[in-house]
Order: sequence, then structure tokens, then C-alpha cells
Amino acid sequence: MSSKTINIIVKIWRQTGPHAKGNFEDHALKDISTGSSFLEMLDVMNEALANKGKEPIAFDHDCREGICGMCGAVVNGTAHGPEKETTLCQLHMRSFKDGDTIIIEPFRATGFPIVKDLIVDRSALDSIIQAGGFISVNTGSPQDANSILIPQHIAEQAMDAAACIGCGACAAACPNAAPMLFIGAKISQLALLPQGQQEARTRAVSMVGCMDENGFGNCGNERVCENVCPKGISIRHIARMNREYLKGAFAQSD
Amino acid sequence: MSWFIQTCRSSLGKKYIMALTGFLLGGFLLVHTIGNSTIFWGREAFNAYAHHLHSLGVFVPIFEIGLVSIFIIHVITGVLLFLQNRSARGGQKYEVETNPGGRTWGSQTMIYTGASILVFILIHLANFHFVEKTEILTISDVVTKVLNNPGFTLLYVIGMAVLALHISHGFWSLLQTFGINTPQYNNAIRVVTWAVAAIMIAVFVLITLLLVVSQNQLLG
Repeated sequence: MSSKTINIIVKIWRQTGPHAKGNFEDHALKDISTGSSFLEMLDVMNEALANKGKEPIAFDHDCREGICGMCGAVVNGTAHGPEKETTLCQLHMRSFKDGDTIIIEPFRATGFPIVKDLIVDRSALDSIIQAGGFISVNTGSPQDANSILIPQHIAEQAMDAAACIGCGACAAACPNAAPMLFIGAKISQLALLPQGQQEARTRAVSMVGCMDENGFGNCGNERVCENVCPKGISIRHIARMNREYLKGAFAQSD
Repeated sequence: MSWFIQTCRSSLGKKYIMALTGFLLGGFLLVHTIGNSTIFWGREAFNAYAHHLHSLGVFVPIFEIGLVSIFIIHVITGVLLFLQNRSARGGQKYEVETNPGGRTWGSQTMIYTGASILVFILIHLANFHFVEKTEILTISDVVTKVLNNPGFTLLYVIGMAVLALHISHGFWSLLQTFGINTPQYNNAIRVVTWAVAAIMIAVFVLITLLLVVSQNQLLG
């Protein structure tokens, strides 16, 4: 398959450590294949930097097939770049034109402190999961799967919510830096299914409480999150979380 | 009670407070619209309506205190949310700010339209509430006189436009906050919330313009 090549200028955020002062660095890249992914373009750039004896750009990545939630940066002002419902690793250079200047920044939010360059610490999301994003199951032999009936449309909705890969783009793009779509999806996924009912009373309150402790903002129903979510998760799941929280908060005492 | 305080202090609790107080203020606005539309039936009807309200006696101050409390809670919580959200966003801004979709003029400007409405309401109260009204100089005369001042005509029309912008996000937003979001009805909800806001604002603007165009009809 023949592939075009383009010349681009990359303006990228460099920051040596969590407390260092960061700044943008310009790099001119020549002959970038439009068939290469965004992360492959960064690989090419890092190789060139390493050959010149310079420090390569640190960025998170793992599966590179859009399902692990490890990669992510803000490209030209949009989390995960211009392509809808696409992670950064699945964004391809054919989305850019010859001569483009591409501005790459880390996910920014008080709850996501920068570790180095484009790498941010998203362990706050793990704490939120630990606070309530789990179910209790007995160990031992599993029961027959067909003994718990779940209507197809409910299963579908739970699956839509479960598509969340926890990348943190919702909080990075949110004008208020709130990972509400993440929490909404995680709560929704469990609240819809019978297996999630054991902890339903406390789950939303615990998870939202943990979010507040980690320095995130408050949802303002701006709907930016659902527009940058690489998995296209709807704010409908935030609405379900709002209902779950109301139920949990007002029925806590008994 | 600790669960109640804990709920109010959480980020979702503050959203519920904003939504509930916003809903109540919207409800007041609706009643205010319906009441003020008596002016379309002329000076006598409007004065009679005002007189009727004041004859409610002890309910008037109770209602006023309630309304002011709800308003103050809405303002304080809104400012608190604004400050918290700004600090959560962090000091370092994005080099490029885009709107990938979702944000509206209304949603982006809630704190600013809110602050403008606060100032507007203070002026509005100074104009009509804290003025001396007598048998000869009735509320109808006061309203007509003030709104015929070109500066105030403009101020009131702009004030209503700002309020419309605030409600355009607020009404839909409070439904979402209370978890009312079903794909089947979302379009209907969006249309209805817009229509209700538009009707209320249209009535107020019409009143303003009516008083400018046909002031003689309403002056005693």
C-alpha cells in the first residue's frame, strides 16, 4: 500500500519533573508517513532526539490498539486529538496536512499532576475505583450463568458504560477538571447489573467523595467529556450516577 | 444530620443545591411572569394584582425571606463552585483552547451571566421595590416612568437577554443533575426547556416594549 509523507512542525510540552517549570519545544519533522499512528510519529521523533544525544520525550502508551487507556495527550486543544471516538494511539497522521503545526500538551488537571513531559499521574482514578468501583463475590465454584437473567437492553447499556478505558480524557477536557464521565460510567456499569446491587447504597457516595478528596472539580453539565471520550460514552451515565448518589445519600442511615 | 451536611458539602451535593434553588427561582420567575402579564389588561388590572399581593399580609415577608434565602444560597454555592473548579483546572492553561462539542454560550458563561443577573436584580429592586408608592403614584406609574427612560429600557432588555442565556443552560442542566436523562425524551426535554425560557423572557420584553410604545394607556 502506497502512503504519502508529510512534513510537520511539532510543538511539544517538555517538563523534566513534577515540580520543574515546563515549556514548549519546537521540532521540525520530515517525511512522516501518513500511514503511521500518532505515537509512531512520536517514536520517530524520539529516535531522532536519541541519535542527537538528547533526552527523548516521555509519553505513556501500552497496547497501541485503543483498548488499554494508557495513552493520551491533548493535541491542538483536543484530548486524544481531532478524530472522534479515537484514542491517541489510533489517531493516524493522515488526519494532518503537510506543513501543519501540531501542538501537543499533557492532560492537565490539578488531580493529574505531571510526572514528566506528557506523562501524568492518573492514580487518583485508581483510588476512586478502590473507593467503590467493585463488587463482592463468593469464592468457590461459579453458579450457572443462566440463573441470573439480565434483559438484553440492560446488558447493552452496562456494556456501553463498561467500554470506559479509564484514560482520563474526560477530566482533562472538562472545563472544571471533573472525571465525572469516568465515575458515571463505572457506577452505571455496576448499578445496571444484579451483581452490583450489594454495594449500591454506598458506591456512588464513596466514589464521588474520593473524587473530591483528589482535587478534581465539580461537573457543570458542559458535555465536553462525552465529545472527547474515545469510547463515546454518553453523559446519560452521569445522570444515572446522580440518581444513584441521591438514593445513596438519602437512604444511608438504615 | 451528619449525612446531610456531608451530602451538601460533596461536589454532587452542591450540584443538587444549585439545581433545586435554581428550579425554585425559575418557579418564582414563572409566577412573576404570569402576574406581570396582567399589565396587558391595563393599568387597573395591574394595580389590582399588586394590591391583591400586598393584601396577603404576613405571608408577604415570609415569602420574601424565603426567596432571598434561596437566592443567596444559589449565589454562594455558585461562587464556591466557580472557585473550586478554577483551582481544579490548575494554574497552567492549555496552549490551545477548543470546543470539541457540547459547550454552549450559556454553559460557558454561567458565572458571568449569574453575576450580571445579581446586579440587574439589585437595580430592579431599587427601581420598583424600594420606592415609595402612594394612591396617586401607583406601581403602574412607577413601572411606566422607569421603563420609559431609554437607559432603563435598554438595561431591562439586555437583562432579559442575559437571563435567557443563563436559563438556556440552567433549566436543562438541573434536569440532568437530578438524573432526568433518557434518550427517548432528550430532544423533547431540550425543546420544552427552551420554550419555557423563551416564553418567560418574551413576556418580560413585551411588557417593557409595550410600556415604551403605549405609555399613555397606562399612565393615570
